[in-house]
Amino acid sequence: MTAIAPSAVIDTDGLDALVTVLLARGRTVVGPTVRDGAIVLAELSSASQLPYGWGVELDAGRYRLVPREDGAAFAHSAGPQSWKSWLHPARERLWSADRTPEGEVSFTAAEPEAPSYAFLGVRPCDLRAIAIQDGVLTGGRYEDTGYGARRRGALLIAAECTEPGATCFCVSTGGGPAADPGYDLALTEIVDDDGHRFLVRIGSEEGARLLDDVPHRRADMVTEATARGAVDAARDRMGRALPAVDLRALLGASPEADRWDDLASRCLTCGNCTLVCPTCFCTTTEEVTDLTGDHTERWQRWDSCFDLDFSFLHEGPVRSSGRSRYRQWLTHKLSTWHDQFGSSGCVGCGRCIAWCPVGIDITEEVAALRAEQETETER
Amino acid sequence: MTAVPVPYLVVDRRRETSESVTLRLEPVGEALADFAPGQFAMVHCFGRGEIPLSVSSVQSTGGLAHTIRSVGAVSEGLCAARVGDVVGLRGPYGSSWELPRARGGDVLVVAGGIGLAPLRPLVLGALAGSRAYRRLSVLVGARTPADLIARTELDLWPTAYTGVTVDWPDPTWHGDVGVVTQLLGRAPFDPDTAWAFVCGPEPMIRATARDLAHRGVPPERIRVSLERTMRCATGTCGHCQLGPLLVCRDGPVVGWDRAAPLLSVREL
Repeated sequence: MTAIAPSAVIDTDGLDALVTVLLARGRTVVGPTVRDGAIVLAELSSASQLPYGWGVELDAGRYRLVPREDGAAFAHSAGPQSWKSWLHPARERLWSADRTPEGEVSFTAAEPEAPSYAFLGVRPCDLRAIAIQDGVLTGGRYEDTGYGARRRGALLIAAECTEPGATCFCVSTGGGPAADPGYDLALTEIVDDDGHRFLVRIGSEEGARLLDDVPHRRADMVTEATARGAVDAARDRMGRALPAVDLRALLGASPEADRWDDLASRCLTCGNCTLVCPTCFCTTTEEVTDLTGDHTERWQRWDSCFDLDFSFLHEGPVRSSGRSRYRQWLTHKLSTWHDQFGSSGCVGCGRCIAWCPVGIDITEEVAALRAEQETETER
Repeated sequence: MTAVPVPYLVVDRRRETSESVTLRLEPVGEALADFAPGQFAMVHCFGRGEIPLSVSSVQSTGGLAHTIRSVGAVSEGLCAARVGDVVGLRGPYGSSWELPRARGGDVLVVAGGIGLAPLRPLVLGALAGSRAYRRLSVLVGARTPADLIARTELDLWPTAYTGVTVDWPDPTWHGDVGVVTQLLGRAPFDPDTAWAFVCGPEPMIRATARDLAHRGVPPERIRVSLERTMRCATGTCGHCQLGPLLVCRDGPVVGWDRAAPLLSVREL
């Protein structure tokens, strides 16, 4: 195992070479790039497409690109997409069925489209989100075959966080600006008087083999210390925080809180938070028949618990009020996720805050639920 | 594996009520693993979709039966299936009634409307192994006499007590009128040993379980079958959540000790 392999340093030419090597090995490289006024995740053909010199300014309901003088490539927070767009795509065919003129029916599993992905620039929060979706979609008794195939074939190159945004709160969810294990390579970007470079830590044998083909040098103590210092400093610069209480217990004990009514008066039940959330995994299915009527396909697509149809049982939706749907989403994320999958469903990436059209801030909402519980206890 | 349905042939179709039928199914090729009473299959109607349906009969041959009430596009299509048609089945999914846990005790079966269907194989199991159980009571409630299923069979079951009641009688009805819980007082059971198995609409489940608990049956021995919308049945689509439960995985059969606090929250 290469766990004790020494760290390395690459410069921006090394990053170019990394992408070139990945492409040469047949990988589909996906990473951040600027498009339509946002930093999106897209297929890259060169490291030059990375968002060099761009940062973001975030607030509840607000996301703006801002130029950076230092030219850094990974000094931006989470954008509107997450890696689930590739690992757990919005639409996927599950199986198809064909009927012969004699009435015989056969069912055929869809071959999962499983390109060999390399994800470049995975934030530590998103690395944890991938691990959480792994647990949901492959960790139970039944595996989502398509997800499993794509996930097993994916190479993860993390980019540690040195520039948290105003909506970030990963530290208060137990994560951090440093990358947890699970990556193949982890980059820490440094831009200072000694130049623009990346400390590279190796997380797997595949990562080590990849690094072998990229011009690099052994990490010096100064670069290591600078990188560590930048990540440590980021830990103290989180824009937001969830209350430091047992959130599982708090949400579990709050189904009748008054705050849900207040929330419901603001929430549009648009479902944006579920689409941008890197752990939200819910899907529905659709039956698609061709014109002959003898070929039918079963498609899976993303669904949202904010949709009225989501809980539809033969006489109507179980959760018809906006209050109950917001409560379902937040309680699931922070509390019942533990019961179902053994961890929290929140990594503190802040996307749901930035992309909420009315600026609902879950850290503020949880604090309000907490305050309400304290008032109740005092009574 | 993302499960793909297995073809099953409709070998018999029996109308139960104006809006429900029972389809008997035999595997076209290889059968699915054995279903235990209380478990469910995802049943595919060609070109329409899939719905979860509990088994209303299980045969040692791999054949099984589903009793289906027409309430939506898929159930309507399945109710219209003819003998010789092919449907797709995935399963078995979910928890079962686990009747053997009631060994040595009284057995109470309480059904509302078509809720008798998933309980039918349990009743047959209890009758077949009657020496293992003390007294078997079957209590059935329905909206109208026309909504009662398995009517003839019901009269033939040699139980300690069988009670049938309807909400709205018609001129031919000479039996009990009212909710099924009012029959509980007539069923012979000792709360210290009794196990209850309850299936029906949610308000009926709530009323019955509360009444049984009030009569001294411990909540964990009141087994109820829950229903929530389902897409995958494999715990990965998120639809069947009921608070901490994924009904497809942790249910559909759960103890009232787990279900009561969840069903008491509106719109959970």
